Amino acid sequence: MTLAIDVRGLRFRYGRGPWVLDIGELSLERGARAFLFGPSGSGKTTLLGVLAGVLEATEGEVRVLGEDLASLSGAQRDAFRAEHIGYVFQMFNLIPYLSVLDNIALPARMSAGRRARLDGAGVKETAALLADHLHIGDLLKKPVTELSVGQQQRVAACRALIGSPEIIVADEPTSSLDFDRREAFLRLLFQECERAGSTLVFVSHDRTLEGMFSRTISLPDVNKAVL
Amino acid sequence: MLVLDLALKSLRNRAFSTSLTVGSIALSFALLIGVENVRVGMRESFSNTISQTDLIVGTKGGTIQLLLYSVFGMGAPTENVSWEAYREWAEHPAVEWTIPYSLGDSHRGFRVVGTNEDFYRHYRYRGGQEIALAEGRPNADLFDVTLGADVAAELNYALGDEVSVTHGLGELGFITHDHMPFTVVGILDKTFTPVDRAIYVTLEGMEAIHWEDGAPPASDDEHDHAHDEEAEAAHDEDDHAHDEDDDDGHDEDDHAHDDEAEAAPADDGHAHDQEVEAAAADDGHAHAEDISIEDVEISQVTSFFVGTTDRRDVLQLQRDINDFEDEPMMAVLPGVALNEMWQGLGYAETGLRLVAIFVVLVGLLGMLVSLYTSLNERRREMAILRAVGAGPNRILALLVLESVCLAGAGALAGLALVYGLLAAGQSIVEAQVGLFIPIRPPGPIELLLLGAVVTAGFLMGFVPAFKAYRTALHDGLAVRV
Repeated sequence: MTLAIDVRGLRFRYGRGPWVLDIGELSLERGARAFLFGPSGSGKTTLLGVLAGVLEATEGEVRVLGEDLASLSGAQRDAFRAEHIGYVFQMFNLIPYLSVLDNIALPARMSAGRRARLDGAGVKETAALLADHLHIGDLLKKPVTELSVGQQQRVAACRALIGSPEIIVADEPTSSLDFDRREAFLRLLFQECERAGSTLVFVSHDRTLEGMFSRTISLPDVNKAVL
Repeated sequence: MLVLDLALKSLRNRAFSTSLTVGSIALSFALLIGVENVRVGMRESFSNTISQTDLIVGTKGGTIQLLLYSVFGMGAPTENVSWEAYREWAEHPAVEWTIPYSLGDSHRGFRVVGTNEDFYRHYRYRGGQEIALAEGRPNADLFDVTLGADVAAELNYALGDEVSVTHGLGELGFITHDHMPFTVVGILDKTFTPVDRAIYVTLEGMEAIHWEDGAPPASDDEHDHAHDEEAEAAHDEDDHAHDEDDDDGHDEDDHAHDDEAEAAPADDGHAHDQEVEAAAADDGHAHAEDISIEDVEISQVTSFFVGTTDRRDVLQLQRDINDFEDEPMMAVLPGVALNEMWQGLGYAETGLRLVAIFVVLVGLLGMLVSLYTSLNERRREMAILRAVGAGPNRILALLVLESVCLAGAGALAGLALVYGLLAAGQSIVEAQVGLFIPIRPPGPIELLLLGAVVTAGFLMGFVPAFKAYRTALHDGLAVRV
């Protein structure tokens, strides 16, 4: 079984700017629940961009699910991301002009590969099932602007989870939630990642959640670009 | 399909700015199409002023001048064509019909046109429509007049009203022929051509207008050149009237006659009639009302329309008329002459069209500005789309598609607006400015313009789209503001 993530000698900078990432080695086994820790400005979001194939590594090798991202074209990386990675942002996760259901269904409509992973069930049914699992089944028809922050994050989680991608990347998804809700949200996220067999990369600057994860990666320790 | 769905939902979400943008494009496109419609309407009503006439014949002069005075009732002919010459051509074997016109007089600013029953029989306009009467009957007798629709409406004339005719073309001509008791016998249907603005009398009636003293002349020679000698003759008449007039009661009338140019025609007319009666009796002239149409001899016509038996003869006939040796005559093809005249007016057309095109460009620029400024608040949306797997190309396509939708919706709304306005305002425009704008399904020009606007929207969409594309590539999943 290949590693979920395998990074060697990665260096990245925006244009001709200073180095933002300089990571000698970083790997993550499949099925892990990793806590990627780092303060603001330690390059967390940039690293996620590289792992998701949105940003191209300036130097080095980045393998995701065994695939060397550098060998893929931009369009192929987009397709790869659509099929294999679910992404949850810190906040404002949802497309404002789509309903809850349409937001959840978006990746499945975007990618045929992701659609193929629905195990024959329809997009709507799968979305509704996921929404039920995250206790937002009654919100499907609502416009997203009427949701609370916590509800929005759950919708975002459903969207990341639909079609069971191998990797779920969550970029500080709980930072706008209060502590109790954070834990509840995380438990639901774990439960669904397990059900889908997904590897979870959870990014936060808040170490209080660290104990719930199987593995912790401290970015300042790994990333030599940050002083 | 997904991108189209996203584009539409995104536009719907920004309903206010979307409707403003669509509205401004719609208005500008409506202007463009409206200008096009008005242009077509103008051109059509222009070139359909007469139809089925093969040649217009008059004295030698400018083509456009001939067209102007014989079709549009503008300007004055310099010379006339003699009756004999007219008859000669009218009986030419290649000629099926003619409509003779005798022009040069007016009534309260409207043209008085002398013609005969051929006018009712053969005159055609707007694709073969015939002259029809709204009320009454065609003028047939010496002192009958038939009014064009506008004349009747503007001067508020009804059947049976008496009309006085002015010699010359001004609002108040030089000499008022008050003594001619013309009576309205018919009012024509509206044609939206210059026909509406003319008063029709018989050719004989037209001759009668030119009798100086209200009665047929004793000798014909004197009156062959009635036009040239008019002013002199009028003076003579006045003197004559003074000499004859012993009765004090008629003094006022004489004064009125002297000041003819300012005099109110109606009262004066009546007085003059009496005077004429007296004069006529003394001179031994026949009384105007006693003259029958058969007694009048027509000396000349101004121009005439010709319909040929076989259209292949038209060019030969035109050459023959142009080469006519007895009198200087000229025949023009109305289609060619109308076209030539329209070409001269073409710059106005082009100007209108240019303005309309620029207005549409401004409308599209408004759309561009609206889309471009919305991009900043949509960076989050773009990042989300990127995260769920949309490539930069899809982001580009989304914005281009939004732009195309806006332009397309605007153009369609504009088209609908034009048809709405046409349906609502066609008759008003017709009544107010006499311009008939046909309502017809969108033709190649409309489709072409629609396509052009959508294409312009498509091309302009690339401006915000490239910006979004670059942002999407550069921002990645982070949103830097």
